[in-house]
Amino acid sequence: MKSVFVTVGTTSFDELIAAARSPPALQALHSRGYQKLVLQVGRGALPQPGSSGALAVEVFRFKDSLAEDLQSADLVISHAGAGSCLETLEKGKPLIVVINDKLMDNHQLELAKQLHRDGYVLYCNCSTLVETLQSMDLSTLKPFPPGQPEKFASFLDKVLGFQ
Amino acid sequence: MEELPVVVLLLLLLSLLLVPLVLLNRRRQDRRTPPFSLLVVAGSGGHTTEILRLLSCLSESYSPRHYVLADSDKMSEAKIRSFEQKKAETFSKSQFTLDRIPRSREVRQSWISSVVTTLYSILYSLPLTYKRKPDLILCNGPGTCVPICVSAFLLGLLRIKRTIIVYVESICRVETLSLSGKILYYFSDYFIVQWPDLKKKYPKSVYLGRVV
Repeated sequence: MKSVFVTVGTTSFDELIAAARSPPALQALHSRGYQKLVLQVGRGALPQPGSSGALAVEVFRFKDSLAEDLQSADLVISHAGAGSCLETLEKGKPLIVVINDKLMDNHQLELAKQLHRDGYVLYCNCSTLVETLQSMDLSTLKPFPPGQPEKFASFLDKVLGFQ
Repeated sequence: MEELPVVVLLLLLLSLLLVPLVLLNRRRQDRRTPPFSLLVVAGSGGHTTEILRLLSCLSESYSPRHYVLADSDKMSEAKIRSFEQKKAETFSKSQFTLDRIPRSREVRQSWISSVVTTLYSILYSLPLTYKRKPDLILCNGPGTCVPICVSAFLLGLLRIKRTIIVYVESICRVETLSLSGKILYYFSDYFIVQWPDLKKKYPKSVYLGRVV
């Protein structure tokens, strides 16, 4: 079953949850072949689970680890939090980052914007989410290369004279 | 500016604290210290995840690892313990400790009250850095790393212990440094950034690509 995972991290982002469950968004997801929608709502309001239109909807607040939900998703829609974005990309999942226009001067946006510029993620806000779901071409997203902590290790070894 | 007397008092306490440390150190100078000691400043969610990734590639030589966290940090301890458990399975001689200090600055705290709480954290950090005498401090931006690095810097000035301070700016910082980064740019020996734009703006920094 093709599924979509929406995550807001440790904060709340009710506007994103509402946008993702809106009839036009569900319609767009359905026409793209998605059958299940999982919502992680954090500290936000808890909507009713059950099926909305043609999609089964699951809802939860927090889990110790979102690894399983990310792993079983075919598409991830996330807030701009660095942790959520990086974890999703590392799992090789297509990602739409939805920015919160109401959070001004949020430094987390720097990373999301850069990831978008580099072609790793799609990027929109709550009001353009439906449009993005309708027009998206996930095959254009570039695979995200893993970070290289080993380069850091060899740099430190040189600094300290460990070889 | 009603906090000013508090600042003066804390500065006075700080200098009073330094005197016995210098004296203690004279007596202990001939004692042997362990071959290598690493102090890691962890803190709040993303920072801890990033620093553990950096540690994951370090060899067996980087032991013991002394972790320091802000006392308000609930999440990091579990992450550190599970990371160390895995380390211990690979390296039998793996060692670590975990200490907590007061948080130096909460988000949105005013400038002058930040000075007070930072001085207070330095008072707390100084005996800890003295006790651990790290050869290397590794940190990546939680507020707690400022008092720790400043106290290590003071110990260096007093010739008690020369510590190499390595600061790794978070992957989240693409164009601007964090507040801790802006301060520690001047106190660190090696300042590592993960995006080329920051390297251009801060010439002293080191760019190794994305390391987490």
